[in-house]
Amino acid sequence: MQILIVLPIIIPFATAIIAFLARKWRLVQRVWGTVGAAGLLIVAVMLFKIVHQDGIQSVQIGQWPAPYGITIVVDLFSAVMVIMAGIIAFTVSIYSLIDIDEQRLAFGYFPLLHILLMGINGAFITGDIFNLYVWFEVMLIASFVLLAFGGRRLQMEAAVKYVTLNLVSSALFLAGVGILYGKIGTLNMADLAQKLAIEPQSHLISSSAMLFLVAFGIKAGVFPLFFWLPASYHRPPAAVSAIFAGLLTKVGVYALIRVFTLIFVHNLEFTHSLIIVIAGFTMVTGVLGAVAQYGMRRLLAFHIISQIGYMIMGLGLFTPLALAGVLVFIVHNIIAKSNLFLISGIVHRLRGSYHLKEVGGLYKTNPGLAILFMIPALSLAGVPPLSGFFAKFILIKAGLEVQNYYIVAVALIVSVLTLFSMTKIWNEVFWKDMPVSIDKKMSTKTNLTSKQYILLVAPVCMLAIITITIGLGSEWIFGVAKQAAEQLLDPTDYINAVFGGKS
Amino acid sequence: METVLAFVIGGLYAAGIYSILRRSLIKLVIGLIFLGNASNLLIFTAAGLTKGKPPIISKESITEVAEYADPLPQAMILTAIVISFGVLAFVLVLIQRAYKMIGSDDIDEMRGR
Repeated sequence: MQILIVLPIIIPFATAIIAFLARKWRLVQRVWGTVGAAGLLIVAVMLFKIVHQDGIQSVQIGQWPAPYGITIVVDLFSAVMVIMAGIIAFTVSIYSLIDIDEQRLAFGYFPLLHILLMGINGAFITGDIFNLYVWFEVMLIASFVLLAFGGRRLQMEAAVKYVTLNLVSSALFLAGVGILYGKIGTLNMADLAQKLAIEPQSHLISSSAMLFLVAFGIKAGVFPLFFWLPASYHRPPAAVSAIFAGLLTKVGVYALIRVFTLIFVHNLEFTHSLIIVIAGFTMVTGVLGAVAQYGMRRLLAFHIISQIGYMIMGLGLFTPLALAGVLVFIVHNIIAKSNLFLISGIVHRLRGSYHLKEVGGLYKTNPGLAILFMIPALSLAGVPPLSGFFAKFILIKAGLEVQNYYIVAVALIVSVLTLFSMTKIWNEVFWKDMPVSIDKKMSTKTNLTSKQYILLVAPVCMLAIITITIGLGSEWIFGVAKQAAEQLLDPTDYINAVFGGKS
Repeated sequence: METVLAFVIGGLYAAGIYSILRRSLIKLVIGLIFLGNASNLLIFTAAGLTKGKPPIISKESITEVAEYADPLPQAMILTAIVISFGVLAFVLVLIQRAYKMIGSDDIDEMRGR
């Protein structure tokens, strides 16, 4: 079973290599890229089953015993995140069959996509803080290329901003690791948790914690470090921006949660109250930024930020219920957000524009697509019985339990504003008539065959079905999330799994 | 020695951030190099400096580990250098492409209409 634990890294890597070798044959690339993503999803589900039944799994790479070698650890939280990566990888791969043009395919779209997935999965399952840095870099370099290639002028601007901010974040992360190692003398996360539990607090640890907060905060896109995100996410092709929106910022959130539940938990009134304040500002600035936008993808990008605020809020509240809520929220958000970006891509295909003032009338011509948009949009706003309602409900209940009424009020207001933005998209894109002045130009633009249309809509359908399923089966998912939250809050199991139970 | 290195690191961070805030793309890259190297030096210094005691330990003296230099930070720095080298190569190609497309290395000129 040991091999299964590292398969989420190996499968994308193997897929990337083979897809790269076959880069001359476009058809092979397309088929292989999709098959590899499906394989990843299957392995992720199997891994989840094992972790769900038998508890936390770990493997020592190269048989080096725990604090010296690199440990790969999969707890429930990691396993759920790997499944999410699998789902998004599979659906986006199908979407990419049509959305990615021949030129980008020849540049190696599929190898890059799978290297990106390898980095994401590696970050999810590693148990070593320096190894986490390495996986972040793997993920970043792949995302740099995915963002920049195809090389149109506006993409360049987006890429320069994205690359700069992420490199600054990496440098800070590295500095944090260095200081932490200098103080504690270990890089293994379980060992760090163990040693910090014994050793008294010092300023050096808090400074390291703040460096991590800033570094992961830049990657997750929290206030006031999010400015690169809306500046870059609306430039690449829809498939790429969907995978960025769904997974990349969530890796930052994952790292924040991992580090601030396992390692830096000894100064709660400082770190976690700071996190709550950040969460409030993130929610509000994100949603207010969105209200002012008229580009469909820019608007959605600002919503990513406000949703990140909800996740960080749960981390800041730091109760079992809040962390379970975060988990449900991440699951719901990855699915709904990627779906909205995929739909925006279809709208662009049908109407030739992302700008809300230049599109319209889609409800008349494509009622099915309109319904499909409603599902993730209403879920994002938190309308029952869709997935977003339960996620927000748990988070707000957790907030009321610890009597933090400010953050609850902020969360509720932001939720209403989210609904407002989603209705704005609905009104402008689907409900109102096509603007007359642009009508003529657009009439030639719809050049999708019905086969292509089906391939674009199929992944959207899948994600919408998942959103509904999460909403209807939320009790089971909440059970899993609660279990995962308990694992996060009590690191004994995690430490035992890493050290093989002998500590 | 630590004090000198601390000042060097601080200087590198300051120079790096200053260069990143400039508008020129080339200075941006130079700033990123400074930041990366400052972090590498920080790991090196934070892990403690031990002069002239390479961590080659004979079997007999295996108990006196504390006296030797710690090899792990150096391995970490090496990894970080390799990674930043790769990333830097990409950034250089990126700004070269951007320069060709825009005809200027001023970031403000890149902004779309």
